[in-house]
Amino acid sequence: MLSVRDLDVFFGDAQALSGVSFDVAAGGIVAIVGANGAGKTSLIRTIAGMHRPAQGSILFNDVDIAGWPSHRVCNLGIGQVAEGRQIFPTLTVGENLEMGAMLPRARRKRAAQLDRVFAMFPILKERLRQTAGTLSGGEQQMLAIGRCLMGAPDLVMFDEPSLGLAPAIVQDVLRTIRELNREGLTCVLVEQNVALSLKLADRAYVLENGRVTLSGPGAELLADDRVRQAYLGM
Amino acid sequence: MWSIYLNVVTQGVLTGLVYGLMALGLSVIFGVVRVVNFAHGEFAVIAMYAAFILFKAYGLDPLIAAAPIALAFFAVGFVLQMVLINSFVSRPEHEQFILLVGLAIIITNALLMIFGPDAQPTNLPYAFDSYLVGPLIIDKVRVYAATAAVAVSAALFAFFRRTRTGAAIRACADNLIGAAVVGLNVKRLYALTFGLGLACVGAAGGLMVTIADATPSLGPAYTLLAFTIVIIGGLGSMSGALVGGVLIGVSEALAGFVIAPSMKSMFSFALLIAVLVLRPQGLMGKKKA
Repeated sequence: MLSVRDLDVFFGDAQALSGVSFDVAAGGIVAIVGANGAGKTSLIRTIAGMHRPAQGSILFNDVDIAGWPSHRVCNLGIGQVAEGRQIFPTLTVGENLEMGAMLPRARRKRAAQLDRVFAMFPILKERLRQTAGTLSGGEQQMLAIGRCLMGAPDLVMFDEPSLGLAPAIVQDVLRTIRELNREGLTCVLVEQNVALSLKLADRAYVLENGRVTLSGPGAELLADDRVRQAYLGM
Repeated sequence: MWSIYLNVVTQGVLTGLVYGLMALGLSVIFGVVRVVNFAHGEFAVIAMYAAFILFKAYGLDPLIAAAPIALAFFAVGFVLQMVLINSFVSRPEHEQFILLVGLAIIITNALLMIFGPDAQPTNLPYAFDSYLVGPLIIDKVRVYAATAAVAVSAALFAFFRRTRTGAAIRACADNLIGAAVVGLNVKRLYALTFGLGLACVGAAGGLMVTIADATPSLGPAYTLLAFTIVIIGGLGSMSGALVGGVLIGVSEALAGFVIAPSMKSMFSFALLIAVLVLRPQGLMGKKKA
């Protein structure tokens, strides 16, 4: 479904990604793990059209979207739950959700998607008229996921969804991702929490200093000595 | 005795509402696009000349002409943001400053070339009519202009509060990364915002010819005026722009009456300094967290 080939991204003179390639099969969960500054968020944002790659291709359903602006990428069905949630704090919860459905592809499905989001996160329905900035961290993460689903995406990239959340809520968020995947949503999961994401993923890639250094099925990497030493402290 | 002051204040409030509409345009543009329109007053003067010409050539009342002028200004603002300013949004502020100050200088000098430096009075047939309300003698033109200014402002408020596109523009102002994440077309929304900001100036300028004579040198004065109002009211605050406009209108009217019309700006700037010292975020502005 998504196939990234030899991606190079620069910020000024600094190279954030060099020759990154990875594949996401339809219906799968792919984890991208790595330390802080390894280039995970840069990779997500480049696919999302927020950074322009210097080289390489990003094929989504065989269309090369490298260098497309973000609103066009989103309209193809690539959604993003961004690092730091990136909700609109002064807009109400309802308005935040509506912003997710501004894409031409999502406008007609607005009502149905809204029902789906409320069924998944009933708390958002209770808080509909509250400004989003007043929500707790966990609720904001639910809002970020809900807002993304409003765009009726086929593939969602989750960037550090567990960051800054209490352990119990982290479990909720990961359970939600697994559920969405079972319903047919293709997922890319970027996490610092390596153990959790490798358990969840069918396939995983390890990113180090902007390069893919290891890849394989999640369970296999979980058992890999190098991964265990570097990321799991074992 | 007091009724004279009451008259002056009323006149100030009415003029101030038109100022407020002009400043609202500046505030909306800055609040969303984060670019300061240093050519704001110059655009107001273009609108004044447009209303002046429409009146002289076709007898079109400026209060009516303000609507098509606002519409044309919306289109100009949209195109200007799309082709020129969007590419400056992420550049350093001094580059934006030079772009817009350059635009302001071009506008003022083009107006000088076309119309000359003399003030052009519109001479409306009802320019000297007035309403008598108790002790108040209120100029008709000011009542009409102020009412129209309030109506346009209210329409803009409603657009931002009640429509999805309005919410999308607020979303861009709220969190630009978030806007890109959900796939809002930020450049187009910016163009829409700049268009709406210029529509405010266009309407305000059109209304202004009923109160003031058009002359190219008003441009820089109005830019400064709009600035003062927006800073007093609170940068990015829509209601603040109207409140600031009324305050400046009243202060100008009082200073002009009590001391001398040429001294009126002095009091506006004194008010500006007082606000900057006592409440730097402006009267209706939000404190930065």
